[in-house]
Amino acid sequence: MPSPRRTGSPPGEPRRIAYLYLLPGFVVYAAFLLYPLLRAVQLSFYDWDGLTLGRWIGLDNYREIVSDESLRSAFGHALILIVFFAVVPVCVGLLLASILNRAKVRGLPFFRTVVFLPQVVAMVVVAVAWRRIYAPDGSLNELLGALGLDSLQRGWLGDYALALPAVGFVGTWFETGLVTVLLLAGMSRISGDLYEAARLDGAGPVREFFAVTLPSVRGEIAVASTLTVIAALRTFDLVYVTTGGGPGNSTSVPSYEVYHRAFELGRVGSAAAVGVTLTLVILAISLVINRIGDRDTAQ
Amino acid sequence: MISRAEKSANYIVLVAFAVFALAPILTVVQSALGPPDEGTGSSVAGLGNFADAWRIGHFGTYLRMSVAVSVFVVLVSVLLSILSGFAFGVMRFRGSGPLFYLFLLGIMMPSEAIVVPLYFDLRSLGLTDTFWAVALPQVAQSVAFGTFWMRAYFRSSSRALVEAARLDGASTRRLLWQILVPLARPAIITMTVLVFMWTWNEFLIPLVMVTNESLRTAPLGLAFFQGQYTQGFTLLAAGAVIVATPVVVLYLFLQRHFIAGMLEGAVRE
Repeated sequence: MPSPRRTGSPPGEPRRIAYLYLLPGFVVYAAFLLYPLLRAVQLSFYDWDGLTLGRWIGLDNYREIVSDESLRSAFGHALILIVFFAVVPVCVGLLLASILNRAKVRGLPFFRTVVFLPQVVAMVVVAVAWRRIYAPDGSLNELLGALGLDSLQRGWLGDYALALPAVGFVGTWFETGLVTVLLLAGMSRISGDLYEAARLDGAGPVREFFAVTLPSVRGEIAVASTLTVIAALRTFDLVYVTTGGGPGNSTSVPSYEVYHRAFELGRVGSAAAVGVTLTLVILAISLVINRIGDRDTAQ
Repeated sequence: MISRAEKSANYIVLVAFAVFALAPILTVVQSALGPPDEGTGSSVAGLGNFADAWRIGHFGTYLRMSVAVSVFVVLVSVLLSILSGFAFGVMRFRGSGPLFYLFLLGIMMPSEAIVVPLYFDLRSLGLTDTFWAVALPQVAQSVAFGTFWMRAYFRSSSRALVEAARLDGASTRRLLWQILVPLARPAIITMTVLVFMWTWNEFLIPLVMVTNESLRTAPLGLAFFQGQYTQGFTLLAAGAVIVATPVVVLYLFLQRHFIAGMLEGAVRE
C-alpha cells in the first residue's frame, strides 16, 4: 500500500483515478452546457438571422439592451417581478413563520405539505389555472361581482397597467409557501433560551422578532432570496402561457425576449446577448446576496 | 406562555394560507371533474373528461415522451452525479477547486442562455427534433446540480468511514458502491425526486428543440392544447390534471423526505 503523499489525505488515496470518475459527467456537462455558453458569448457579437452568414458587430447587441426601449423595459419588468417573487414572499413568509413559530401548532406537517404543493406542479399547469382565474368570465371577476365590486371587474391579463402585476402575483402565490417553510425551519432551530432572555428583559412579540428571530434567520433569508430572485429572473413558461409578453410588450421579460428574438424575429445574436446579460445579472445577484448572508451569519 | 387567543389566531392563519395555496389547484381539479364542454361528444361528467382530453389532446403520446425523457435524465444524471460527486467529495486531485466552480456555474445558469446556441448547433448536426435534443441538455443541467449535491453529502458524512475502508484495503470502486452509496440512499432519493420533478416540468428546452408533435413532452402538449382548444375550460383542465398528476403523486408519497431534503440542501448551500 503506498504511503500517504500529504498529511491530512487518507492513506492510499489514488489521485489520477479521480479524473476517471469525473470524466463521464464532465463530458456531458461540457458538451451541453459549457460549450453552448461559450457559443452564446460568441454569437452575441454577431448580427445573425440563423440562416445566412453572420456579421461581426462587436458590442452593438449589448448597446441595444441599454438603448432599445422594449429591451430596457423587459429588464425593468424583471425588476418588478422580483418584488412579487422575492420581496413580498420573504416579508409575508417572515410574518407567517414567526407567528407560527411562537406556538406549537398541530397540523404543521399537513400545512407544510400543502403550501409546498405549488412548487411541485408544472409551471404550465399553474399558468393555465391562473389564466382561467384572470379571464373576463373567470373566478376573480366572479368573486368581485359577488362582493358587489362590479366596477373592478376586467380582463386582468389584457389590461396594460395590470397584466404585469397579475403575472407577478402568480409568483407571490408560487413562492410564499416555499419561503415560509424555509424560514420556519430556520426559526425552529433558534434556542428557546434566547426568547426567554428577551422576555425577561420585557420584550413583547415585536421586539422579540427584531431582536431574536430576524438576526437568527439571516442565512435562511439569504437562501430564500437567492432562490426566489433567480426564479423571478428566469420566468419564461409563466409569461409564455399567460400573456405571451402582451398586451403590447407590457409583460415581456428578458427570458421571453431571448425566445422571441431568436425563434420568432430571427435575431439570434441579439437573443444571445440578452441571454448572456441575464446570466451575468443572475450570477451577480446571487453573489451579492450570498456575501451579505455569509457575513451576517458568520459573526 | 402562549395565550389561547394567539393559538386560535395561529390556526386561522394556517387555514387561510393553506386555502390560498390550494385554491387555484382545486379550481383546475374541480373544472376537470365538471360538466364536459359542448362539442366534445361526451356526456359523461368527471372521468369522461380525462378520456376525452386523452383522445382529443393526444396526452397519451405526450406522457409517453415525458416518461421516456424523465427516466433517461434521472438514471443517467444520478449515475454521473454519484461518480463526479464521489471524485470531488472524497478524492484530492489537481484542479479540483476550479473544476468544481465550473460545475457550480451550471446551477446558476438559466436555460435561456444556452438554448439559443444549442438549438442552432444541434440543428447543423441534424439532431434537433430528436429525443436526444430534449434529454441531453437536461442531463447536463442535472449533473451540475447532482455533482454539487452528492459532493456535499460525501464530504460531510464519510471522512472517517473512507479512511477505515482504505485501511482495510477496499478498492475505490468497492468503497463507492458497497459502502458509500448504500449510506447515501436518502440523499440519492431526494436528488432523484428533484431531478424527476424538474425534468418533467421543464418547458423551454422541449419547446425550442422539437417541432414534431410526437416528440412533445406533457407540459409542452398542454401549452399547445391551450392554444388550439378554445371551447370551454373543462378539457383543458383535465389535460392540466393529467400533466401534473405524476409529479404530485410522487411528491405526496415522498413529501416528508422531499421537504426535509430540500430544506437541508438549501441551507447547506
